[in-house]
Amino acid sequence: MIRLQNIEKVYRTDTVETLAVNGISLDIAKGEFLSIMGPSGCGKSTLLNIMGLLDEPSRGTIRIAGQDVSSFSDQRLARFRNEQLGFIFQSYHLINDLQVLDNVELPLLYRSSSARERRDLAAEALEKVGLSNRLKHFPSQLSGGQRQRVAIARAIVGKPQIILADEPTGNLDSAMGNEIMDILINLNQNDGTTVVMVTHDENMANKTHRLVRLFDGSQVQ
Amino acid sequence: MLRNYFKIAIAVLKRRKFFTFISLFGISFTLTILMVGTAFLDKVISPDYPDYKRERSLYVGSMELQNSKEGWLNRSNVSFYFFDHYVSRLKSVEKIGISSYSKASNAYINKKKIVINYKYTNADYWRVLEYRFLEGKPYAEQQILHAERVAVISKAIKKAYFGDVSSVVGQYISADEVNYRVIGVVDNVAKTMRNFAGDMFLPYTVSKENYKKPDLMGSYSAVLLARSKADVPKMKLEFDQMMKKVPIGNKEFDRLYCNADYFFASITRGITGDGKDSGITKAVSVLVALVILFLLLPTINLVNINITRIMERSSEIGVRKAFGASSRTLVYQFIVENMILTFLGGLLGLLFSALMIYFFNSWNLMDGVRLSLNFSVLMYSFLACVFFGLISGVYPAWRMSRLNVVKALKAQ
Repeated sequence: MIRLQNIEKVYRTDTVETLAVNGISLDIAKGEFLSIMGPSGCGKSTLLNIMGLLDEPSRGTIRIAGQDVSSFSDQRLARFRNEQLGFIFQSYHLINDLQVLDNVELPLLYRSSSARERRDLAAEALEKVGLSNRLKHFPSQLSGGQRQRVAIARAIVGKPQIILADEPTGNLDSAMGNEIMDILINLNQNDGTTVVMVTHDENMANKTHRLVRLFDGSQVQ
Repeated sequence: MLRNYFKIAIAVLKRRKFFTFISLFGISFTLTILMVGTAFLDKVISPDYPDYKRERSLYVGSMELQNSKEGWLNRSNVSFYFFDHYVSRLKSVEKIGISSYSKASNAYINKKKIVINYKYTNADYWRVLEYRFLEGKPYAEQQILHAERVAVISKAIKKAYFGDVSSVVGQYISADEVNYRVIGVVDNVAKTMRNFAGDMFLPYTVSKENYKKPDLMGSYSAVLLARSKADVPKMKLEFDQMMKKVPIGNKEFDRLYCNADYFFASITRGITGDGKDSGITKAVSVLVALVILFLLLPTINLVNINITRIMERSSEIGVRKAFGASSRTLVYQFIVENMILTFLGGLLGLLFSALMIYFFNSWNLMDGVRLSLNFSVLMYSFLACVFFGLISGVYPAWRMSRLNVVKALKAQ
């Protein structure tokens, strides 16, 4: 599903060059649930951002769903992200000015779907994460766990093949974290969605199919 | 999609109220000034009492003699002789309304000084221009021929001179120690109608000047009326051809310019033009430059505020990009949002303009000038809104759309 070949990411300033990701090659199969672990600053999030086409590698190639995405234009990349990828962030990144339902239907705004269709799909996604009673709430009126569930609903509303989750349980207590993890496992098992998750939590990582460990930008396991 | 943008735009406006106030104040204040200015310009340019036949009219107001070798010139109003001797013979001219510029005379009523601005006119002046007679009637050819000391006065001077009386026809009014019998009273003319405003109108034959003197320069101007709108260009051509044959009659000069202008050109010629050039291009350019300069200041202010506001929303921008918004879509979103803000400012501006115009009219700030917010004023204001919205939205939106997603998401 995702094939990374010899990916490198170098951050350059006037005086310093930092190698954030150093020659990583990785194959992630369709329907796989993969977790990435490693100490802070080891390049986990950078790698995830590269997989999510939010950041460009300095070297190496990425193929997602059989397509070489390195030559995609801004428009094409945007459409590809919209159709194939769903993101979950540690700090949720919900738009506080919009109600829960509006937040969830955001990815559908960039497709040709009617307002009614968007509403229905967003409501359906919220029902899946157990928040169908919070449609008209604003993010600020929800707990951390609820916000992350809204973020998951937003990630799955467009029915992407791949979910990329950057420390989705990082800001939550263990009970809430487990709830979120259950939702992700459910998505992976029942819908066949490929999930790649960056985490610090060994327990969460152990629930996934495969664990990749990074250290100083390189893969060590 | 638009509903989503609208929701966001309103939420953003509510979020930083001071910024919103500054933005809306900048837009609405500028638009108010523009709208009132346009209403004023519209008042000057559009046909108005008593000059309703502008489509059929050409205006002759200045005579210019030039010494092209030494580069000096002499410019003044036109002589009565010129109109009588040359222009009245043009075939395409149906009527000529001739009037002198206003002269002031002081009168003392109950120890109070009244300034009477009087003009000399011919009889056709009353046919070319449509003054509203509140009582009496204008003087006719016979009265002019006999140099009768008769006068048509304005409603304002009737009140100032005679007080609150119902009729003054037959009574006498004095100017420059000459008594004139009032034969008509007309409604007041707005000061913006400079050529037609006056307190008292007299037959040109009672003037002390020798109106028969064969000079080209004098103190008169005229409105030439064609038989139909379609005849106006023909009348202009005939006038220009006639001018080629008019002898200069003064060896000091080698060039002679006098023009029968359309109304707008007759104004610009006096401000930015000369005998040769009507000055329209220069006048319009100056006006456009002033408007752009005037719009530029609040626009730059808006651009700055918008950049600050947009950068505050970098997390949202990151999320939108991550979920499939292209740079172009984001530019479009922020321009739409900015247009919403601009139109809100426009609505406020419209409200303030209506209030300003209401007070301008009800306090009678300029004698007889009644401004109004008509369709053309609204059109110009709408265009100004679009200009504002686009100019102040495009650059910040473009900058924002270039944001790197990862950096944008980290910025929160």
